[in-house]
Amino acid sequence: MTYLKKSPWVIHYDASSCNGCDIEVLAALTPVYDVERFGIINTGNPKHADIFLVTGSVNEQNKEVVKNIYEQIPEPKVVVAIGICAASGGIFRECYNVLGGVDKVIPVDVFVPGCAARPESIIDGVVTALGILETKRLAMKEKGNETMDKSGSAV
Amino acid sequence: MITEPVISLVNAVLFILLAPLAGGLIAGIDRKVTARMQGRVGPPVLQPFYDVGKLFEKENMVVTVTQHFYVLSYLVFMIVAGALFFSGGDMLLVIFAFTLSHIFLVLGAYASYSPYSHIGAERELIQIIAYEPMIIFTAVGMYMVTQSFNVSAIVNSGIPIILYLPGVFIGYLIVLTIKLRKSPFDLSTSHHAHQEIVKGVTTDFSGSNLGKIEIAHWYEYVFLLGVVYLFFGFSPVIAVAAIIIAYFLEILIDNTISRVKWQLTLRSAWLIAGTLGIVNLGVLYYLKGVIMP
Repeated sequence: MTYLKKSPWVIHYDASSCNGCDIEVLAALTPVYDVERFGIINTGNPKHADIFLVTGSVNEQNKEVVKNIYEQIPEPKVVVAIGICAASGGIFRECYNVLGGVDKVIPVDVFVPGCAARPESIIDGVVTALGILETKRLAMKEKGNETMDKSGSAV
Repeated sequence: MITEPVISLVNAVLFILLAPLAGGLIAGIDRKVTARMQGRVGPPVLQPFYDVGKLFEKENMVVTVTQHFYVLSYLVFMIVAGALFFSGGDMLLVIFAFTLSHIFLVLGAYASYSPYSHIGAERELIQIIAYEPMIIFTAVGMYMVTQSFNVSAIVNSGIPIILYLPGVFIGYLIVLTIKLRKSPFDLSTSHHAHQEIVKGVTTDFSGSNLGKIEIAHWYEYVFLLGVVYLFFGFSPVIAVAAIIIAYFLEILIDNTISRVKWQLTLRSAWLIAGTLGIVNLGVLYYLKGVIMP
């Protein structure tokens, strides 16, 4: 029985972009799209989150912030990079301070293309992420059982 | 023949088993109604159960190990308070256990190092200070009407308590807003503002610990609405109707009034307790021979 897919809580972070994708993420929470009908809640706290939505390219200033948020999310977790900036750096790619896409700093599971990404494609990306979240949960469970077996045999 | 202690025990066990189901359903219906009021479709009614189920599937990130103890104590004492209440125990003891459980939540929030968590803990303490007088007045008022602090005696008295304690009832409904964590008094943690400082008290809890806090909150729902029942104990049908109307009003207030600062929360809660509560009890005291049976 899995509840993870029915109750994904997201945290979103705007690394450095024009804010367009960020606004589209918030648009998904409005009455028009209402992602809460899928149980999705936009939390502001990484410790409560399951899915990390990052918009914009990562730069020297905020790579530590992105890493920090990622590390504070309890397992299992997935990262969704939203917009072309988050995928490759986009039009900011050549900037002196821009590292590139989010995958330069943390492992990314789903890329959502677009400039700006439409709310529909963001929701689609999150739904894709749910499948990955589920496989990660199963992997975590197996790993947990293995370590339990090991400690059991040691005793 | 079934003796009274057996009935009490059965009631307590039924509460422990069924209250989370009832509380979770209430929370689910609450979210659905709230969504409809905001022009949204809203999550499924069973969503709170999915959420808690999910939280138990997640990794439990622990900031300090004492958190486990405090969160568990919060849950256990909330269950004790509710079980005492539904087994017909002493109202004062119930309030004592109820307050104690919240103190454990505050301690749990203080145990971590996050400033957000500390702000949440402080605000939770302010809320306890704000609602406590009115809760005590509720118990005292019921004692003045029925001559007993025992919940079983209050329910079985057959007296329409609401007619003697209208002021206390309105006061209780207002502090119920604080207790149900509803706007305008959702200072320490809120069901809505997930990105704001009001997530405070739960900031450093994750995974199963957060799940336990949520379950304790479900027990709390059932207990608090049980107190509403006491006012209408003479007629179960009216009592259930009153509970539904009271809860609907809470959701309506939640969605129409914006959050206030802690100063106003404290002031208004004490003002309500000081006027509606004390005036009601004073009138009862001086007209004891006139209006009491």
